[in-house]
Amino acid sequence: MQLNDFLKQTSEWLKGTGPNSDIVISSRVRLARNLDKALFPSRANKKQSEENLEKIKEAVQKVNLLKKSLLLNLNDLDNVDKQFLIERHLMSREHALRPDSKAVVVSEEEIVSIMINEEDHLRMQVIQSGFDLFGAWEIIDRIDNELSEKLQFAFSPEWGYLTACPTNTGTGMRGSVMLHLPGLVMTKQINKILTAISKLSFTTRGLYGEGTQASGNFFQVSNQVSLGHSELEILENIRGLIKQVIEQEDQARKTLMQQHKQLLQDRIFRAIGTLKNAHIISSDETIELLSMVRLGVDIGIIKDLDRKLLNELFIIIQPAHLQKIEGKKLTTQERDVKRANLIREKLGG
Amino acid sequence: MLCDICGKKQATVHLTEIVDEQMTELHLCDECAKEKSVQMEQQFGLADLLAGLSDMGKQVKEEAGPVTVKCLNCGLSYEDFRKVGRLGCSECYNTFKKSLSVLLKKIHGSNQHLGKTPLRLAKPVKTKSTLQELKDKLQRAIQMEEFEEAARIRDKIKELEKNNKETEDAA
Repeated sequence: MQLNDFLKQTSEWLKGTGPNSDIVISSRVRLARNLDKALFPSRANKKQSEENLEKIKEAVQKVNLLKKSLLLNLNDLDNVDKQFLIERHLMSREHALRPDSKAVVVSEEEIVSIMINEEDHLRMQVIQSGFDLFGAWEIIDRIDNELSEKLQFAFSPEWGYLTACPTNTGTGMRGSVMLHLPGLVMTKQINKILTAISKLSFTTRGLYGEGTQASGNFFQVSNQVSLGHSELEILENIRGLIKQVIEQEDQARKTLMQQHKQLLQDRIFRAIGTLKNAHIISSDETIELLSMVRLGVDIGIIKDLDRKLLNELFIIIQPAHLQKIEGKKLTTQERDVKRANLIREKLGG
Repeated sequence: MLCDICGKKQATVHLTEIVDEQMTELHLCDECAKEKSVQMEQQFGLADLLAGLSDMGKQVKEEAGPVTVKCLNCGLSYEDFRKVGRLGCSECYNTFKKSLSVLLKKIHGSNQHLGKTPLRLAKPVKTKSTLQELKDKLQRAIQMEEFEEAARIRDKIKELEKNNKETEDAA
């Protein structure tokens, strides 16, 4: 398996299936783990980092679920490749910044990915389509168990898994759910909801995690606290919270349909009209318009498009994907043209 | 729209800054945005937040001896940790135990781990408490008529009981 093979497939989490997939795009669980006594990546010298990398690589490749995975050394990747992995949510921006002695392991269907020597020695994640935190947990729990027999993880009975940043200490777990909330944004209730979420010690972020702005009405909600509760308890708390957000979004969509149907139809059909006819389009504009089209599909106004295609479009219109598809570097202007062409082709414009 | 800083290139990054309750919007090109983000990181990062939380200036001197105490395993001092916001190795947790205990409690509202244990350290006792926890959850789920959830918990219990039996048999 090679990196370019991913171009031919849709990541598992983009399938648009799973519970509540009209509102929840994906569910993700990540665990941070470190080797006992070994210096954390930011502190280790080159030799130590290489040693840790080799040790972890060897263990990871023996894990049952990762037998057919792809292992990439970041130093072997060019900038477009790295950006490509970030766009597919398989790796963080921070990981790409300093590529020395770093690697990423990606499972065949892109469900599992493990960053080696990011902030912690291991950052493993499982992403599932739809609202399925516990499904994601079960997979990552199994991988973690297998790895814990092969590697000695830094752990204290009192404080749990010991991580480079004390905000991750304990379970080392972050559960997050990616939500599409156009109803709450259009009915101007979103700020109220986001404030409530942060008061309950959960965090909301944009499409690409930490430090990114929400775009296209997408919001990522995750737990802040990682110590003092069991993993299942933390996930249960997120699940309860998200269930309420889903109900609110459902209600907002119903209100819009009942009270502003014409206005809503107008925005949705204008969005699809632009996407099917544009010859130059930026990724920001595309994401905003795709969000409206997706809403149209979710509430039954648009009937001849499926979610999987739309989800896929959100990813393949990104800069690195366009350049991978084209097979060469493109300037911003060239990308805007290529993007418009690709969207017209996919949507049959 | 042109970049607010260089005024030459197309603005691609849109930034909202809040200083003293004054909100300003900045529209920047890729290059100026990168520079700006480096500046911002220098101005305010996670390290500052953590340092603020742990109120370290006083605490270290009063409770844990001089700030110059270094982790024997990696050489990091608490002062270094305050600056970078990251610990150097797992041994740092022992070296700075007192201060970290306070900090962890402030961040998480607790300083007692209740989650899983690595398999090689796991004792059957721990599994038993997890098992009881799960059984309670199952009852709750049934009461709330959340049957999908109940089925999931039931499977988890079965799996745990099977694992327990295997461990006992092996022992």
